Amino acid sequence: MAEDVIRLDIVTPAGLLMSENVATVNLPATKGSMGVLKNHAPLMTTLDIGIVKYNQANADHYLTVSGGFAEVKDNTVIVLAEAAERAEEINVARAQAAKARAEERLHDHSRRQDLDLLRCELSLHRAINRIKASKLK
Amino acid sequence: MANMRDIRRRIKSVASTQKITKAMKMVSAAKLRKTQSTLVAIRPYSDKIQEVMDHLLAGGEEYDTPFLKPREEVKNILYIVIAGDRGLCGGYNINLLRFAEERLKAVPEGQNGEMLLIGNKTSEHFRTRPQYNVMDVFTNIGDAPNVSQGKALSDYVIKKYLDGEVDEVHVIYSRFVSVLTQVPDCQQVLPIQRAAQADAEAEQGMQTETDYIFEPGGKEILDVILPKYVDSSIYRLLLEAKAGEHGARMTAMDSATDNASELIDKLTLSLNRARQAQITTEITEIVGGAAALE
Repeated sequence: MAEDVIRLDIVTPAGLLMSENVATVNLPATKGSMGVLKNHAPLMTTLDIGIVKYNQANADHYLTVSGGFAEVKDNTVIVLAEAAERAEEINVARAQAAKARAEERLHDHSRRQDLDLLRCELSLHRAINRIKASKLK
Repeated sequence: MANMRDIRRRIKSVASTQKITKAMKMVSAAKLRKTQSTLVAIRPYSDKIQEVMDHLLAGGEEYDTPFLKPREEVKNILYIVIAGDRGLCGGYNINLLRFAEERLKAVPEGQNGEMLLIGNKTSEHFRTRPQYNVMDVFTNIGDAPNVSQGKALSDYVIKKYLDGEVDEVHVIYSRFVSVLTQVPDCQQVLPIQRAAQADAEAEQGMQTETDYIFEPGGKEILDVILPKYVDSSIYRLLLEAKAGEHGARMTAMDSATDNASELIDKLTLSLNRARQAQITTEITEIVGGAAALE
């Protein structure tokens, strides 16, 4: 297997979530999932709500990100996200509750005009993403 | 000389007030530390956004985005006024509110200054001053604003701006100089102003820096980055204002505690005097009584 030569930094407004050397990174880019191996060309991309997968010491690890941005340069991957969570640390109960809440809101939408449909869908998307990631660990 | 019982009562009451001010000082110190550490935590994030933005914009390409382009005609200016939720923090709130009033008075003829008020103290203040336009009020931000509160605020502001309801957005807040000093200040957040210096630096950096592949494209990335930049600047200012409030309260409570001990010292002195005077009188009476018997 590949050596851990890529530095992966996950930066959120709440602080630096991780800064570790990894072998490969898989990013949920807007144009589709994207793999980064060592000596990747410099690149900037926007990210979707999705799962970042990285391989470290021959083991796969997963993180959720809620959209954002990534920069690849000189074997360094920097992910800027509004929120990010390690798969092991996801509170499944909370994610389930958020999912149920968002679904209920979407269901109610026909009756209530004031709701922001896009926001509901995004929060549903994030909740489903978190639940999905928690099963991957 | 005052009654001894009255003095004792006074001392007791001052001492219990002192206990409260002392506790408030400690609490504020702890909250200040917490706010400061949050400020430190978001720094890598906002620095990185700044870097990417500079990089994209220094590329020489002109991006047509409302976030950067000043409006041709500026009619409505929104001022976000950030002050505390509570008092007992010295001149912190009143200095800022006075500064805000001056700013609004200085709005030129033909332009309309509106305010978005943050904190209970600001809304209390402007409720009795109807000559100023208040657009909306956000209260109960709490002592440690979190990311989602900052996001909610900036979403609101960005929407107003993109809808064309306001043409410029400024933040009036207390700049955190040190724990002892907070200076009221005003910063423009929309349209995003970029210092000429940053441009020059970024251009210099461009010479040596690598060419990036942009996915999906420079414009799309900018569309994602710019709102985030606004988010993080507003959140940062919010935190800075809060840190200032905790600092101001800490200082105010510290001097209140000092004043209380001074007062207690003075009162103890007069209590002792009163007691001595009473003893002297008693002795004189006893001696006088004994002398009368002989």
